[in-house]
Amino acid sequence: MKCEESRSHLNAYCDGELDLTDTLELEEHLRDCAACSLAYEQLGSLRTGLRSESLRFQPTAAFESRLRTSLHREAGARPQKLYLRWLVPALSAAGLLIVFGLFFIARSPSDDAVAREVVSSHVRSLMAANHLIDVQSQDTHTVKPWFDGKLDFSPPVKDFAEQDFALVGGRLDYIENRPVAALIYQRRKHQINVFIWPTASRDSRPVVQVQQGYNLIHWIKAGMTYWAISDLNVAELQQLQEELEKQ
Amino acid sequence: MEPKNKLAVFEAAILPHLASAYNYARWLLHNQSDAEDVVQESYLRAYKYFRGYHGGDSRAWLLTIVRNTSYDWLRQNRSSQLVDPIDDSAEALDITDYSNPETVLRQRVDQDLLRQAVEELPIEFREVVILREMEELSYKEISTLCDLPIGTVMSRLARGRKRLQQKLAGRLNQEI
Repeated sequence: MKCEESRSHLNAYCDGELDLTDTLELEEHLRDCAACSLAYEQLGSLRTGLRSESLRFQPTAAFESRLRTSLHREAGARPQKLYLRWLVPALSAAGLLIVFGLFFIARSPSDDAVAREVVSSHVRSLMAANHLIDVQSQDTHTVKPWFDGKLDFSPPVKDFAEQDFALVGGRLDYIENRPVAALIYQRRKHQINVFIWPTASRDSRPVVQVQQGYNLIHWIKAGMTYWAISDLNVAELQQLQEELEKQ
Repeated sequence: MEPKNKLAVFEAAILPHLASAYNYARWLLHNQSDAEDVVQESYLRAYKYFRGYHGGDSRAWLLTIVRNTSYDWLRQNRSSQLVDPIDDSAEALDITDYSNPETVLRQRVDQDLLRQAVEELPIEFREVVILREMEELSYKEISTLCDLPIGTVMSRLARGRKRLQQKLAGRLNQEI
């Protein structure tokens, strides 16, 4: 094989498109001809360069998402329905982020101090058996008036026995340098303290936190600040929180 | 097919080839926003003609649509690029050696220069180089896709590569 013929076959050879006879002849020639073999090497290095990932153009994620949207529009389907597949997990993730975000962001230093006081009060109420309940009653009409005259506000008092959170009584406590109402609920063997006092702050979404092994949920609604605390698991404590917020 | 079902099947079969479609269109059209327009239009066309797709290589099928859409776009917006088709019969094969070892080295490292050299290739050479090297299509596939005889695919590819080597070796100044 002459060099000229060899060169004309080199491209097909490196592309794996040369037939067997020509391939054998070319390989024989390449063994003997330094110039053609260098040309082959150069072709190889050019091809390596061209195949490099850095030379490829990649579509952006934003473009891909626009493309999907226009396809869904074209298909005449409601986009949000078709997005549900990833929208639901995305929203759940966002929800989790918000919850944990609030957990960390919303915990201002003063909230932290209050949380410690709430924990102390809760622990104290459990340790001193006689201090858990000042007025023992499942009757809201007994508990609510009991606070009258002892506090300068009237805390909302409601029994949730139907939801398996029985109101067992009320108590006066002292948090953030002021007397506050403590409502005691019970689920199974777990005591739940709900501390309530007036605040000038705006409503805030419930924030869950854990202190010394206790679960705490703090929220503000209609001028009242609420702290629910228990060794009950968070999910069940959240149920009570939802009931309290509904009232 | 139900629209929703059709869309699901289409997405599963055709969306995975977005990277190839975009890369091809981007090299044909030279810039991002035109490539995005053309790829989007191609996908809408592909969706419309999806009934006409009966299995086989779905990527080659999509790339054919991308090619047609790109050329439609070029005819409408940049017809000057298409008026002077290359002569596929001309140009004797140059067997000049580029035996300077530095040349080999530079080809290996200088991606920017290589990118620029490919951008500057006439579209006929550029597209066979892209389809062969980046999309790794066979001569036969390129021939079907571009509606060219296999011999023409081979010669365009050889000439395109040669021009790139010359460009990179700095031996071709005004010719490209």
